[in-house]
Amino acid sequence: MSWFSQTLTSSIGKKLLMALTGLFLISFLVVHATINAMIFYNDGGETFSHWGHFMGTNPIIRTLEIGLVIGFIIHIADGLLLWKNNRDARPVKYAVNNAAANSTWYSRSMGLLGTLLLIFLVVHTSQFWIPNRSNQFATGEELNLYQMMLETFQNPVIVLVYVLGCISLFWHLLHGFKSAFQSLGLNHVKYNGLISFVGTAFSIIVPILFALMPISIYLGWVK
Amino acid sequence: MATSSRLDAKIPQGQLESKWSKYRSSVPLVNPANKRNLEIIVVGTGLAGASAAATLAELGYKVKAFCFQDSPRRAHSIAAQGGINAAKNYQNDGDSVYRLFYDTIKGGDYRSREANVHRLAEVSGNIIDQCVAAGVPFAREYGGLLSNRSFGGTQVQRTFYAAGQTGQQLLLGAYSGLQRQVGMGTVKMYNRHEMLDVVNIDGKCRGIIARNLITGEIERHGGHAVLLCTGGYGNVFYLSTNAMGSNVTAAWKAHKRGAFFGNPCFTQIHPTCIPVSGEHQSKLTLMSESLRNDGRIWVPKKQNDNRPGNEIPEAERDYYLERRYPAFGNLVPRDIASRAAKERCDAGFGVGTSKLAVYLDFAAAVERYGRGEANKNNIHNASDADIITWGKAVVKEKYGNLFDMYKQITGEDPYEVPMRIYPAVHYTMGGLWVDYNLMTTVPGLYSLGEANFSDHGANRLGASALMQGLADGYFVIPYTIGNYLASEIRTGKISTDHEAFVKAEAEVKDRIDTLLRIQGKTSPELFHRRLGKIMWEKCGMARNAQGLKEAIEEIRQLRRDFWSDVKVMGTANYFNPELDKANRVADFIELGELMCIDALDRNESCGGHFREEYQTEEGEAMRDDENYMYVSAWEHKGLENWELHKEELVYENIKIAQRSYK
Amino acid sequence: MRLSLKVWRQSNKDAAGGFEEYKLDHVSPDMSFLEMFDVLNEQLVVEGKEPVSFDHDCREGICGACSMYINGRPHGPLRGVTTCQLHMRSFNDGDTIVVEPWRAQAFPVIKDLVVDRDAFDRVISAGGFVSVNTGNAQDANALPIAKEAADDAFAAAACIGCGACVAACKNASAMLFVSAKISQLALLPQGQAERSIRAEKMVAQMDAEGFGACTNTGACSAECPKEISLENIARMNREYIGAKFSSSAV
Repeated sequence: MSWFSQTLTSSIGKKLLMALTGLFLISFLVVHATINAMIFYNDGGETFSHWGHFMGTNPIIRTLEIGLVIGFIIHIADGLLLWKNNRDARPVKYAVNNAAANSTWYSRSMGLLGTLLLIFLVVHTSQFWIPNRSNQFATGEELNLYQMMLETFQNPVIVLVYVLGCISLFWHLLHGFKSAFQSLGLNHVKYNGLISFVGTAFSIIVPILFALMPISIYLGWVK
Repeated sequence: MATSSRLDAKIPQGQLESKWSKYRSSVPLVNPANKRNLEIIVVGTGLAGASAAATLAELGYKVKAFCFQDSPRRAHSIAAQGGINAAKNYQNDGDSVYRLFYDTIKGGDYRSREANVHRLAEVSGNIIDQCVAAGVPFAREYGGLLSNRSFGGTQVQRTFYAAGQTGQQLLLGAYSGLQRQVGMGTVKMYNRHEMLDVVNIDGKCRGIIARNLITGEIERHGGHAVLLCTGGYGNVFYLSTNAMGSNVTAAWKAHKRGAFFGNPCFTQIHPTCIPVSGEHQSKLTLMSESLRNDGRIWVPKKQNDNRPGNEIPEAERDYYLERRYPAFGNLVPRDIASRAAKERCDAGFGVGTSKLAVYLDFAAAVERYGRGEANKNNIHNASDADIITWGKAVVKEKYGNLFDMYKQITGEDPYEVPMRIYPAVHYTMGGLWVDYNLMTTVPGLYSLGEANFSDHGANRLGASALMQGLADGYFVIPYTIGNYLASEIRTGKISTDHEAFVKAEAEVKDRIDTLLRIQGKTSPELFHRRLGKIMWEKCGMARNAQGLKEAIEEIRQLRRDFWSDVKVMGTANYFNPELDKANRVADFIELGELMCIDALDRNESCGGHFREEYQTEEGEAMRDDENYMYVSAWEHKGLENWELHKEELVYENIKIAQRSYK
Repeated sequence: MRLSLKVWRQSNKDAAGGFEEYKLDHVSPDMSFLEMFDVLNEQLVVEGKEPVSFDHDCREGICGACSMYINGRPHGPLRGVTTCQLHMRSFNDGDTIVVEPWRAQAFPVIKDLVVDRDAFDRVISAGGFVSVNTGNAQDANALPIAKEAADDAFAAAACIGCGACVAACKNASAMLFVSAKISQLALLPQGQAERSIRAEKMVAQMDAEGFGACTNTGACSAECPKEISLENIARMNREYIGAKFSSSAV
């Protein structure tokens, strides 16, 4: 095995990949949340569609999107691999385990939260991203995503699914953000407080912002 | 008195200062090609064993190392707290090799061998260099240089330390060196193995019989030399500061195969241990002697004073060490501090529920350090409360782990109330008799560290055990073993098919079968406890002829009871700690008898050996240099039968004096 | 105190194990947890049953031998304390206490509560040392080391190798143990020559032993009897990644 694949398949290398892809996905969330937040202009989707069009057609962004897909795949595949390795490391479980005494439940449940997010991702992309891109591929035309949102979020079940997705995202980020820095070895007494503060703030703000979108549409705040 | 013809200490000729360097330059060498064919067995992986095994492997010998613990890193050297001495004179306070040598001989109450002790002092500095190079994180000053502190029995600061975990750091250093050799395949490590016999062929030690503690298998291991680095036998008292597994079995088997046992009655009672709290107690915990640097020891002036310690006013306290020994105060050697505590408690001044304890008080140190901090920070109007807070912080930095441990065990907070301490068995100066080469009376069989008798006389000074263990392993045995192995290069591989191996293995198996067959009513643990009680009461801090005679009879009876009434559960074919324990207790019982015989023979008081019949009017130990300036080396002649051989101690460089710390 | 104990019994590595329940009627609050087990074992011997095997040696919290998973936590309910330093005053009259061995692929059970921790020794053999033969050292004070570095190295070196970190970790990861040694030597000038190769080899051995990876839950450090900091794991990550991408070992 070459030193490179040896590195990436080591326990620390796998964590390195998780951290790097995780932070990359976090940067994607910033862009995604910012652009989608344009719906709150409540201007019939004009600003939103303007930026949506830019994101959907700009060649640089489209190239980066491939990176995004790869980022997702690595994060998911590596996560599953880690989950399996970690499970194999303890074949016999404890009869009594008081893990709450030494760690938070969500830090121990990253695999579970990640799986919930994966399910949500499938639902979410099959509603917007996949139809849009297939249409673009087939006809060269973009779909009216704003209109699709207004229609989709009339269904309370779907709104609920999205809110649950955002809650999973909150817990996943709350641990993942800080954890990524630790995995990268970025632990320093001077900056730990800042990382922790930004991480917590980010984990709260972004999922709330996302969750507000279907809720606002469903409640008719955004038309 | 003349030295017995059976004992030749092989001390090199010449001036004391040049004996060791001359020896090193003239000792026969073994060429590297031959070293590869010479096998050395090292039993025990504490400071002496781990450092010896690693160093011998570095030199090119084939080494097999054995320990009964699950990892060599757990040997009991790990528990040493306070520090390690070295004559570096980094503090510019007048230290020198000679002073360390002198302090050690004096501290040992003139019962150790000059040449060995001088060599120890000579290599002490190299030990510190070696440990630092290996990555041992000793305490440092802000300038980046090594820090020192004082210890009992000395007036210079020569003790190097790593918080209260010096033994741990040194052992992990030696262990990492050992593991490096294990990784390179030059040392084969056998953990969870207990040595159960040594094998001699034609008068030379040629190997051992060991038991794999997991499978129960009895194994034969051949070697051109065997090193016993198996520690001391303080657990003969049942309660001691030793680890639960510390035992005398390896040394005792060697003794029964011809190695003489030196000064078995010289045991050290450490003055600062946490007092016994009840019947259930399985071991005693030491509070490092370094605490005596800052803590003041006292008892109430009034007998049976039941007030809590911090409610007794200053004027009603008796700082008895400072009163009796103004020159050394709380830093008198361990034997003296222990006896003084016992004297106060016996006289009815003891504290705590058992009344078998004295106070070790840090209030004065807290205040002194607090004021120091205030001055350092230029605060001149600090409140008393602030000073105490700052002082506690300093004390915490110096002794935090010890204070935590005390709180954990007793449930009392030593930052708020004075600690209660009482002496406990800690170290055994006695051990297998060895010559200058560290070889026992059996050719090819060596003994290193606490397992031998050599350097501490009748009392060991604090922070000298670590020094001796590493000196023996790193710097002495690598030279002296060449002296013997140079003549072994034509021997060839030791075959374990020899009848001596067959016979020894059969005897080991037979003994195990016997132990399992008895199926009496009493557990090995209970026998151990009974033995400990006899030893502590009659061969402990104070001894007398009457008590020792009784003890010998009681121990003999105990041995007979053991072999007819012991109950060992389980079988010999798997992991069975009860069986291991029974094997060890059986040997402790025999050792206990010899200790009492030795104590009875020595009609004087010296160091840790205090015979009540031999004391001054002030209650100080009274040595008898005319009749007892010898090492007693006992030869095993059979059941209840030993022959005493004497090695006369000759002091050419030190003027013998009555030890005074006043 | 009266106590009920549920203790894992397993006769050897390959045997199936299970819990046995025992009652103890006269437990003193001043006993250590292991002394309570001594009492249990005495009682078992009297009843003609085989005593419970458990690892223990120094009983003063430094050798790292003791290793019990007590009521779902390594070394029991207190922080910064080994099993041998845990005293019965931390429990209440009438409690039921469940005691299990460390559970990890890399720590197979030998018997009852005794596990095989040789994996730790092999990790140290892979690189947890400074390659300096005896006799080669320069004067100890020729190499000044900043007090802060020495203190940090000491804090990492305080690890007792008990394996509580592995036991506590949901992934049975040994990263706290391994990182403590890597950190100690990375912080000291003596460790610099082998800094890269040490990190590479020790991590490779750790992985080969079958320990899990790190999820940064912090359970290891929270349960560590010597309170070894998580900072060490971050440092190990840095050391390892840095070594892998910059060393000349291909």
